[in-house]
Amino acid sequence: MTIHSFEKILGEHPFFRDLPGPHLDTVVGCVSNVVFQPGEFVFREGSAADRFYVVREGRVAVEVFVPNKGPVTIETIEGGEVLGWSWLFPPYRTRFDARALNSVRALALDGACLRTKCEQDPGLGYELLKRFAGVVISRLEATRVQLLDLYGND
Amino acid sequence: MATTDAAPPAVVSASDPMRPEPFVVRHVTRETGDTFTLTLAPVSGSKFRPFAPGQFNMLYVFGVGEVPISISGDPARPELLVHTIRAVGATTRAMQKLEKGDWVGVRGPFGTAWPVDQAHGHDVILISGGIGLAPIRPAIYHVLLHRALYGRVVILYGARTPRDMLYPKELREWRSRFDVVVDVTVDRATMEWQGAVGVVTKMVQRSPFDPSSAMAFICGPEVMIRYAAQALEQRGTSPSGIFVSMERNMKCAVGVCGHCQFGPWFVCKDGPVFRYDKIQRFFGLREV
Amino acid sequence: MKPGDTLVVEARDLDALLGALRERGHALVGPTVRDGAIVIAEIGGAADLPVGWVDQQDGGRYRLERRNDAAFFGYAVGPHAWKRYLHPPSLVRWRARRDDGGFVAEPDTAPPPRYAFVGVRPCDLAAILVQDRVFLGGPFVDPAYRSRRESAFVLAVSCGSPAGTCFCSSMGTGPKAGSGFDLALTEVIDGERHELVVEVGTERGAEVAAAAPHRPAEAADLYAARTVLAAAEGVMNHALDTEGLKEILYRRYEDPRWDEVAKRCLACANCTMVCPTCFCATVEDATDLGGAGTERRRVWDSCFSQEFSYIHGGSVRTSGGARYRQWITHKLATWHDQFGVSGCVGCGRCITWCPVGIDITAEARALRQGEAQGSRP
Repeated sequence: MTIHSFEKILGEHPFFRDLPGPHLDTVVGCVSNVVFQPGEFVFREGSAADRFYVVREGRVAVEVFVPNKGPVTIETIEGGEVLGWSWLFPPYRTRFDARALNSVRALALDGACLRTKCEQDPGLGYELLKRFAGVVISRLEATRVQLLDLYGND
Repeated sequence: MATTDAAPPAVVSASDPMRPEPFVVRHVTRETGDTFTLTLAPVSGSKFRPFAPGQFNMLYVFGVGEVPISISGDPARPELLVHTIRAVGATTRAMQKLEKGDWVGVRGPFGTAWPVDQAHGHDVILISGGIGLAPIRPAIYHVLLHRALYGRVVILYGARTPRDMLYPKELREWRSRFDVVVDVTVDRATMEWQGAVGVVTKMVQRSPFDPSSAMAFICGPEVMIRYAAQALEQRGTSPSGIFVSMERNMKCAVGVCGHCQFGPWFVCKDGPVFRYDKIQRFFGLREV
Repeated sequence: MKPGDTLVVEARDLDALLGALRERGHALVGPTVRDGAIVIAEIGGAADLPVGWVDQQDGGRYRLERRNDAAFFGYAVGPHAWKRYLHPPSLVRWRARRDDGGFVAEPDTAPPPRYAFVGVRPCDLAAILVQDRVFLGGPFVDPAYRSRRESAFVLAVSCGSPAGTCFCSSMGTGPKAGSGFDLALTEVIDGERHELVVEVGTERGAEVAAAAPHRPAEAADLYAARTVLAAAEGVMNHALDTEGLKEILYRRYEDPRWDEVAKRCLACANCTMVCPTCFCATVEDATDLGGAGTERRRVWDSCFSQEFSYIHGGSVRTSGGARYRQWITHKLATWHDQFGVSGCVGCGRCITWCPVGIDITAEARALRQGEAQGSRP
């Protein structure tokens, strides 16, 4: 896999769209290709959050394991979305389980590598944080609507 | 983009709109916990009534009361009158106890319809949540029966949990067709659920349709309608191509009791299906 | 005698005119004094009218006082309106009996009453025409309203003594009866002279007028009638500025005024009961004790009640401010888009019969000012 095709793939992904060329090159330097089989964990709760994932294809369930109940899915992430933001802030540990529900193809980005590069280049840091802020905001809004339990009994 | 000045025209009921006519319960289906479907047929002397998708009847239980319920059957087969009902009050709880052979009074059909003719040649997105799938199902039946007249057809449905999904068998059937996209999501998953978890609006963002010429039909809680319409607009769908079904307290169903007013409109005769751009202003107002 | 003719009936012959109506099978319904107010009820003849009475009305206040003459119609309007008879407070729609596991709903077959409305004020006449649009003008025609309306003879009376809360002139509905009557009277009472100047509105009215003693009206009679009306117009203390009012109200949904009114309004629904155009109703299904028979009644309702807008889970309009807003916005704004005319006829009843004296003309003025000041919620 050559670096040029990573550039193309990343540049076309909704999350990285319109990222200026030099920044895209920097990010590409931290990218690798990953595949998950159905049922395979992408990450477990409490593990080191050293990566985030740009999902290309497939569906990942974000889960919480509840004692006496088992794993409860709180949201599913599909192709075109981004998974994982705990790499941004200390203590850099994941808060949920993430499990592939079917065959998942994704790009994994090295969190530690990107953090260092963002410290060195605040411009890159701002571009990434803007995008992650957008992701967190829309997830929060969606979660709030889920909490409203609109279809439930009043 | 085809637009109309007025909401879709109502189909006028042929019978005396004030008096219920007796229909007999042919079949009762328990759907989810508090939701059930009655299949009714006219008793000799009553006529079956053709209806347009989106219309509703006033259903009467002898000595108990009367409530407006959307028709959720196939408009191409009006001889079987199908109503999916949620037991939330005295009358609907009485209906929950009905059995095959019991009688129900029917007045109607009333109200405006989903603009299935106007949508010819366009992509059609049918978005619903919870029991909102029931009033939209007649439109789905109609569109699928005349599939060649439409562009892409997308059905988006959100339920509380997988066990609260309405018509799961039919959703699977529609999904198995090659010419329809069906996406279902739940707010809360169960252990076995391998499908999407999240809000219906997220599915709007990802759906394969041409926003500039698509027509969308939305039915569900008002909050859901608001967010779904916003998501559609964000994707570039014109509010004049979005149609929503509203709900209000109804007593007469013919526009003279005043109960169903929503701003200047009577939901029973100017609705329940409204073109979104016409009512958008009032959607943002509280307690209207 | 034909529509458009004018004639004069002496006061002593009014009873003969009313008698002619009785002879033609009409039940006379008109103003009469009862329990300290002028109400509308079945009357026998001219003697049952509130002869020599006048009403003192203000926000939340109504008193009767004696006049110093024997005028038949020397007052304005009381708590009743003609909707009591055209759109009755309680009406059986149909009855049903259980039958072999099922039921059959039969309409009420009682013949509709034939009324003669005696003393319909111009504001109330306008109100009847407004309700005609509601019950006869849409895709659904209410058969109960139609049968009562078609048979009702309308004997209008123009106003010589407007009350303290009247504002018909600003609404263009009075003090003179415009159209829609069978006969319209203006009472002229001046020392010895006591006459009724009558205008014929329809063939039916002409036929009845011809049956009572009368003489043709002369210029002097018409002048006297016009003078009475001109004086009445000058006396009104309230006015509603309707210029652009519909659009203003449509823009005022979030005005802080609604919270202010909510502090005063008791949501008692008096205004909707006395308003001559309010038509909201509900249905009641009542079963007899044996459970075999049931009847459905249509019963007056009010948008001020908490349950009025109830759908599963709760009411759409829970706050008092939202319910007051619904009433006044319907009356003065959305009514135009629904029926092509204002819902208000300027009778002033809502001001008089509001226990706290909320004044619809003052509220409209406050909202207009709110618009001008660009007030924000």
